[in-house]
Amino acid sequence: MNPDDTLTAPNPLTGLSASVQRDPFEAERAARLHRRLSDAAAGHGLLDVAYRVVDSPVGALLLAATPVGLVRVAFAVEDHERVLDALAVDIGPRILAAADRLEDAARQLDEYFAGRRDRFELAVDLRLAHGFRRAVLEALPTITYGRTASYAAVAAAAGHPRAVRAVGTACARNPLPVVVPCHRVVRSDGSIGQYLGGVEAKRALLELERAA
Amino acid sequence: MRPFEAVVDEEGPVVWRVCRSMLGPADAEDAWSETFLAALGAYPGLPPGSNVRGWLVTIAYRKAVDGLRARNRRAEPWAEPPERAAASPPGRHEHAELLDALAGLPPKQQACVVLRHLGDLPYDEIATQLGISPAAARRNTADGIAALRRNPMLQPNADLEVTPR
Repeated sequence: MNPDDTLTAPNPLTGLSASVQRDPFEAERAARLHRRLSDAAAGHGLLDVAYRVVDSPVGALLLAATPVGLVRVAFAVEDHERVLDALAVDIGPRILAAADRLEDAARQLDEYFAGRRDRFELAVDLRLAHGFRRAVLEALPTITYGRTASYAAVAAAAGHPRAVRAVGTACARNPLPVVVPCHRVVRSDGSIGQYLGGVEAKRALLELERAA
Repeated sequence: MRPFEAVVDEEGPVVWRVCRSMLGPADAEDAWSETFLAALGAYPGLPPGSNVRGWLVTIAYRKAVDGLRARNRRAEPWAEPPERAAASPPGRHEHAELLDALAGLPPKQQACVVLRHLGDLPYDEIATQLGISPAAARRNTADGIAALRRNPMLQPNADLEVTPR
């Protein structure tokens, strides 16, 4: 209690505060109210971005969607909190965890990692990639499951055969890794090349696809 | 601007404290939800540098007052004699006399008392939220508390739970 109130008698509101001790804001209530909020927010079209985090063989993945579709997949090494901060700036700050909105994406990723899915059937929102980067992302799904293509081949497919380095950049900044398969792009000499989720993750994805 | 999720995570408990202090559990959950839904809609327009807690506590206070009014419209008098309060319907607040006394305060005193003593906001922030001076926030809070103390319904012999905070 603040001393400048110079209270000598008990605060008359003490009884009201006692109500909160009876019904504390414990984890179960917090989860229930959060779910109610995210449902209502989605229902009222108030969400810029809904997200959830799922486990995978390549670590925890952040899945984020706008009303248009899946807008971001992020590896743990990208720091999910920083990714959400960036989404608040790039898309909008009305961001809530809303697992239900990403049910489809989570299920398809599960199936993919179990080797039971060779393509994703999800609405995607490519607004985080512009110009040539976007053209590259749109070309990537033509590299089918279990195969790889060189940066040079992707540059040609995206209509700019000499833009090999730019393809590398586009892959490195792919907002939808795994779902948009930049992991299938490798060096012309056959070495694996870089990956935004780390080279180990890239190797794991390629091995998964080769084995399935 | 931070993701709204972080705001819910940080300020969820204080909003609950305001709502549950003024309402029964079910109505408090409604008020909590309405507070954050309204805040979410307005969040992108919040001026940079705003005190998010002060803003949310003030919304919560207003939603809780709305909840009290709605409950009163449902014809459940708050000023029931204490012997009937024991058999109160579920959802009725266990400190109805105190809420009656609070509801009877002039609006500015009521807002100041709630924001200070249930929302734990500093006087400067109360002043910002209510568009008054810090001195007026302090005075209205003190006057409100004094009025509650004088309220005959809230005297110790009125069979009211009074425990030191």
